[in-house]
Parts: sequence; C-alpha cells; structure tokens
Amino acid sequence: MDFPQLLQMFLSGTWGTIKLFTVALLGSMVLGTILAGMRVSPTPVLRIAASTYINVVRNTPLTLVMFFCAFGLPFLDIRFGATSSFNSFVYATIALTAYTACFVAETLKSGIATIPVGQAEAARAVGLTFGQTLGQVILPQAFRTVIPPLGSVIIAMLKNTSIASAFNNRELISAMRNAIELRGDLVIPLLFGTALAYLILALILGRVFDYLEKKLVILR
Amino acid sequence: MSAPTQVLFDEPGPKARRNNVIFSIVSAIVLLALIAFIVWKFADAGQLDAAKWYPFTFTQIQMVLLSGMLATLKVAVVASVLAIVVGVIFALLRLSGTRIISIPGTIVLEFFRGVPVLLLIFAMFLIFGNTIGPFWSVVIGLTLYNGMVLAEIIRAGILAVPKGQREAAMAIGLRPSQVMSLVLMPQALRAMMPTIIAQIVVLLKDSALGFIVTYQDLLYQVNLIGREYNNLLPTFLVGAVLFIIINMIVAAIARWLESRLQRKTTADTEDGALSAKTVT
Repeated sequence: MDFPQLLQMFLSGTWGTIKLFTVALLGSMVLGTILAGMRVSPTPVLRIAASTYINVVRNTPLTLVMFFCAFGLPFLDIRFGATSSFNSFVYATIALTAYTACFVAETLKSGIATIPVGQAEAARAVGLTFGQTLGQVILPQAFRTVIPPLGSVIIAMLKNTSIASAFNNRELISAMRNAIELRGDLVIPLLFGTALAYLILALILGRVFDYLEKKLVILR
Repeated sequence: MSAPTQVLFDEPGPKARRNNVIFSIVSAIVLLALIAFIVWKFADAGQLDAAKWYPFTFTQIQMVLLSGMLATLKVAVVASVLAIVVGVIFALLRLSGTRIISIPGTIVLEFFRGVPVLLLIFAMFLIFGNTIGPFWSVVIGLTLYNGMVLAEIIRAGILAVPKGQREAAMAIGLRPSQVMSLVLMPQALRAMMPTIIAQIVVLLKDSALGFIVTYQDLLYQVNLIGREYNNLLPTFLVGAVLFIIINMIVAAIARWLESRLQRKTTADTEDGALSAKTVT
C-alpha cells in the first residue's frame, strides 16, 4: 500500500461521509420542520406526539438509535435494497435523520418563539389559516433567525456520521480502520489524516453557515 | 407554552373546535396505526413471544445488564469529573494574557473540539490501548472532547461576568489568581451550570460509544444477550429504557438546578423601607 492508494482510500471514505451527511441533512431538515410545526399546532394530539418523540429520541444515545436501525430493522424484515451495503447506508441515514431532526425541531421552536407576536397576529388578521401563517410568515423568518444555532447542530451531525462506521458503512473512520489494518506502521499519521479530513469538512461547513448568516440572518 | 406559539392560531370557535376534535381523532388513529404496525411487525418476527422475554427473569441476566449499566455510568462519571477539570484548565489557558500560553491553548482546543469523539476514542485505543485498556480509552476520548466544549462554555461564562466584579476585586488588592478563583470562576460556573449539565448529558450519551472499542458497557451486554437468546429487540428495548431513564433523570436535575439558580443571590434592597423613609 503506497501513498496514492491510501489517498484514494481516504477520498472514497470522505465521499461516503459526504453522502451520509447530505442525505441525513435533507431528511433531518424536513422531519425537523414537520416536528416543529406539530409542536406548535392547534391539535393537542400532534403537539403531544411531537414532544414525546423529541424527548425520547433526544435522550437516547445516537449509538443506540443506530443500533436499533442497523440490527433491529432487518429483524423486522424492513429492507430497502438488494445489497447489504446499500441497506446499511439507508439504516444509518434513517438513524441520523431521526436523531438530528429532534435537535433541528428544538432549534426551530426556539426560533419561532423569537418572532414578534405582531407577525402572527397580522397574518391571522388578514385571514391566513394556521398552515399558511406557519408556512408563509413564521417559518421563513424563524429559519433565518436560527441559522447560527442550526449551524452547530448540523456540524455536530457531520461529526456524528462517524458512528455509522461501526455499522458496516463506508466512510472516513472505516477507511481509516482499513488503512491502519493494511499499514500498521502508519497509525499516528493516519489518525491525524482522518482528523484533518474532519476538520476541513467542518471548516467548510462553518464557512457556509457564516456566509448564510451574513446574507440572511435577522437579528432581533 | 410561551405567548408566540399561542398566537399562531385563533382562539378556537365552535367550528374550529369541532374540526380540532375530528383532526385529533384522525391523527390519533394514524399514530396508533403506526404503533400497531410496529408492534405487529415485532410480533410477526416472533420478538414479542413470552419466551423471548423470559430470560429477563433470570437473576444472572439482570446482574449482567446491571453491571453493564454500572460500567456505562462509571465511564460517564469519571469522564465528567475529568472533563470539568480539563475544561477549567483550558478556559484559563485561553483567557491567559500571555500569547505564548493562549495561542497553543486555542489551537489544541479547536483541534479536539473539531473532530468526532469516536475518532478520539479510537486514537486512544489504537495508540495506547494495550497499556491503558478500553475503559481509559473511552474515558480519555470523552474527556478530551467534552473538556474542550466545557472550556468554551466556562470561558463564555467568565467573560459574561460584569466587568465591575473584576475591577472591584483588583481594587481591594486581590492577586490575579485570587480574582479568578474567588470572584470570577464561582460566578461563571454558577451562571453556566445548566449548560454544563446539558453537556454532561451529551457526554453520558456518548459514553454508549464504548461498545465500539469492546468496552463491556450496557450496549455490549445488550448485543451479547440478544445474540445468545435470539431476542435482540426485547433486550434492546430494555437497554434503551434504562438509558433513557438515566438521561431523563440527569436532564431533570439540570432543569431543577436551573430553576434553583434563577433565584437571586443578592439581598433585597427593601424598596418598601426606602420609600417609607423618603415619605417621613
């Protein structure tokens, strides 16, 4: 194993991490928004269901959530594709989505709380329904207010994708473990290389959120 | 519920109330159907048979689960204590006036804060695993990561203490170390206690990672029992409930502390007495 091969290994690992991250990001934003909407909805059942879900999943370690998805779902005969690697990928993204959505929902809820009361009152006064008030007036503003805290939730999720390595996923940590198995003499450089890859990804993400913040954020 | 979420919808009138009831019933049915589907799938896989739950009546199994839980708690407690110590040290390093101290401190802090905690645990395990064993690999990994996060929290707390406190302490002739340890640090820790405990909850959750480096914690035992008796889901549920209960207790302590710390520390200025004086 020489350097170019190791590099290629790491690049494919990084690509795996980015794939996991992107899919889970989209999923958790959608699910998180739905959960936040449910938490402030006029229907008590939805409010209770959302807050129960958030409280339970938020207090469960991600390892446990992923453990359930990776080992429990196949037991229940829930499969998504022919290959086991694709299945592992789907299980890991489900776990990441289910877990991160709670934090997105909590962040959004605190964002909704910062919107001045007059906005919702005005929206109701012109006759918008609850769905319209939330979707067209409140949420767009709430999203723009919570960009900084949302950024830290998303960066935490990037780091959480590492846990998927323990459940048959191909990403940075598993690439590192493979590389170390092949080149036992390079343990420390390989560890530092992995750390560097994560730091670079986190740095890029931080920059993206800084940019979004400068462009969009509403300070109150 | 806070005011802004209440104003999102009108006070329900008769029609809205009727719709609400209908909608409640429909969503309740959908949710129940979802739960029923999961339970049915469980039963279909034979995971709900009494035989699958039978092993939990064995004292031995109970002891194994208990020992796994204790192992997890041991990691969490040791790592929390060490993380707070590391947090205080690095907060002081970063706040140090000398650049030779504060810049390396900042670099180390940003490095450990930016990488996944799993990578740190792996690093400890791969480099020092043979000499320190899985327990200390997990503890040191958790300590490094959470210590750095706590350092940032404590630093923010120290910076948030009103400037007059520091100036007053200096003015009465305290040394810088005394200003920090007697005046600034106690106030910062007090103000940041809810956030610190929230981070401890994160640490507690991350302690479940130990099973990846073969530390024999709760999840490791769950996996073992599940494979032994072919009852992974019941064992998993028992393990998850144990974990969630521990976490909810710690989170409840955080909320209790927060409400306790909201109380004022200063004595009342006795407005009544003052105004009474001004009248007479």
